[in-house]
Amino acid sequence: MFCEKAMELIRELQRAPEGQLPAFNEDGLRQVLEEMKALYEQNQSDVNEAKSGGRSDLIPTIKFRHCSLLRNRRCTVAYLYDRLLRIRALRWEYGSILPNALRFHMSAEEMEWFNNYKRSLATYMRSLGGDEGLDITQDVKPPKSLYIEVRCLKDYGEFEVDDGTSVLLKKNSQHFLPRWKCEQLIRQGVLEHILS
Amino acid sequence: MSEAYFRVESGALGPEENFLSLDDILMSHEKLPVRTETAMPRLGAFFLERSAGAETDNAVPQGSKLELPLWLAKGLFDNKRRILSVELPKIYQEGWRTVFSADANVVDLHKMGPHFYGFGSQLLHFDSPENADISQSLLQTFIGRFRRIMDSSQNAYNEDTSALVARLDEMERGLFQTGQKGLNDFQCWEKGQASQITASNLVQNYKKRKFPDMED
Repeated sequence: MFCEKAMELIRELQRAPEGQLPAFNEDGLRQVLEEMKALYEQNQSDVNEAKSGGRSDLIPTIKFRHCSLLRNRRCTVAYLYDRLLRIRALRWEYGSILPNALRFHMSAEEMEWFNNYKRSLATYMRSLGGDEGLDITQDVKPPKSLYIEVRCLKDYGEFEVDDGTSVLLKKNSQHFLPRWKCEQLIRQGVLEHILS
Repeated sequence: MSEAYFRVESGALGPEENFLSLDDILMSHEKLPVRTETAMPRLGAFFLERSAGAETDNAVPQGSKLELPLWLAKGLFDNKRRILSVELPKIYQEGWRTVFSADANVVDLHKMGPHFYGFGSQLLHFDSPENADISQSLLQTFIGRFRRIMDSSQNAYNEDTSALVARLDEMERGLFQTGQKGLNDFQCWEKGQASQITASNLVQNYKKRKFPDMED
């Protein structure tokens, strides 16, 4: 039966838990496109035969292959689109700089899409809130105070606070820092927000 | 569940599947029994037991009984039934419908093809004379089972739920998960943790996995 490879791509995405991005299956995609090319060529030749050779009995077969072509197209587009949704989620949950490991899972075009998305988002955020812009990726949960208590989960190094002083973020050290400076680091798992 | 990943939802319970929905693609991959109403040349390779051989241009003969995936059956079906006619799978036929109406809760819908409701809804496209009964049966089965799903999803906090979801079909499992999320969010709020900034699930999951391709 046709479209088995395309289904493999879909299953691969479905298996990746919690919206994670698996490696880009370039090989699989290539195989699907090859199958589509073969189906198309077979259909072209059969259509010619049906028209000039009077083989109207070939029409069900042509329809069969055409359905398979449409199915392959649907699976491919859905595969690529779902990956973009996952990549978009990365901007919101990880931040604008992705770890290398993740970048290797993306194709060159996907990386380009990510950069364009980042740019669009940044432009949009700058257009809000008057002159300064508004970072809407912050304050995802309603804030209760300007300063928060955080504990460092791993060594990060020097971290500069607004008034110029810097703090050394060493594993297990605790600090009382402005919320807006720490939010990114907490979401990335470097710091831990401690509730009093 | 990743907070920022919004997958394309299934449309299978409505008039049409969603083109981009992974769930719908998987659902429409399930098979149903069909009968060919005309010979189909050159496709004999796929159905070797049925193939009429080289003299007939390797055709699948007229009148063959095959199992085709839903997407293919939908594509080849027309109301004049020129290429194929479709049979209802057993679980949507009268016998099983009676079982469902007796007690919908005992049935293992995950085993009966994991997309019971979605597949059943899309089956209605094939204009079976039993369509009215099938749709009633789907609806009543869901109504019969819903209460238990809602109750269990709202009361299972921080425990292993595999026994509770084992006999649910995919749509019901989605419902259960939504219920669990509501429960967990509420508990989190009750404990005063709603304003605590946390590392996103996505980030934590990436950290847990080792990336084998990075190790060399």
